[in-house]
Amino acid sequence: MEYSILAAGITMGLSAIGAGIGVGVLGSKFIEGIARQPELAPFLQGRFFLMMGLTDAVPMIGVGLGMYMLFAI
Amino acid sequence: MASELTTESYISHHLTNLTCGKTSEGWTCDPYKVDQMGFWAFHVDSLFWSIGLGALFVFVFRKAISKNSDASVAPSGMQNFVEMSIEFVEDNVQSLFGSVKNTLIAPLALTVFVWILLMNLMDLVPVDFLPVLAGHVAYAIAGDAVEWIKGPESLYFKVVPTTDPNITLGMAFGIFILTIYYSITVKGLKAFVAELTLHPFGKYMIPINFVLEMVNFIAKPISLGLRLFGNLYAGEMIFILIALMLFFSSIPIGVLGFGLHLVWALFHILIVALQAFIFMALTIAYLAMAHETEEH
Repeated sequence: MEYSILAAGITMGLSAIGAGIGVGVLGSKFIEGIARQPELAPFLQGRFFLMMGLTDAVPMIGVGLGMYMLFAI
Repeated sequence: MASELTTESYISHHLTNLTCGKTSEGWTCDPYKVDQMGFWAFHVDSLFWSIGLGALFVFVFRKAISKNSDASVAPSGMQNFVEMSIEFVEDNVQSLFGSVKNTLIAPLALTVFVWILLMNLMDLVPVDFLPVLAGHVAYAIAGDAVEWIKGPESLYFKVVPTTDPNITLGMAFGIFILTIYYSITVKGLKAFVAELTLHPFGKYMIPINFVLEMVNFIAKPISLGLRLFGNLYAGEMIFILIALMLFFSSIPIGVLGFGLHLVWALFHILIVALQAFIFMALTIAYLAMAHETEEH
């Protein structure tokens, strides 16, 4: 049981680091794109949310599996 | 089970499906006989809510569209909402799918989007409301007749179908089968096999190509299903953890939990809609890939 707590912590923490970097890069490029071509903002916003959801999903899977390790096993 | 309420029993109570299945003594829904059920075990609550919400979607959309066919009268209420969602899906299909003619894609995308959105929205119903209601109803109706219902708490009930990996992976594999079907019918079997074996290293490295492409191919439905499951499972879990604050702490922390519920619910609306949209967008993208015939 105590090892599954450690495993869940590592899973959630590492996946949060990865997604943090990913969303950071994505957001900076998004702002950069809008600064260069403000008329593309609505188009980019849809794509931005799509990609953010894709990136965001990886740590969420990690959190889901971590919670599963903690409570369901 | 009138056992003592602990953190772990509360959480596992919320994350266990109502499972009915066939054991050696016949059909039963007893939660303590789940491991004897084997293959014929049904998650009755997931099936009930997903099929019920699918029927609700068909009923509402059909009613809204057949009600007002007069173009000179401005649409109102539900019809506005239905037209908005249809236009939204149509825009996405147009931009992602391009000029390929396939009349199945847009209705499929609409179904996937609205159905998953409805199933995800069940997450915003307070975590204890429907399970406790279902437990009391089952106890009142069948408490005397069925031996394993010993009280309102003995019935497990999970309300959000998309927190059940069977439902999300089932939908993802449905999409997967459609991509294989369209790959074979549109490109032809030969081109489909060539796509799986001749990239990326050319025809002298067929085994390596096949393994690489196969991993890529199988990862698509699994990541599609697990993404939806993971997001909703984590969201539901956080709702449950906040609800625990109300039970097992002092009153000030309970009040804080009430506020946290509100904040998380508001943030969760974003996740709910975003995940439904992503599932739809990826469905369209995978099916569009199955229709691409040109060489890479």
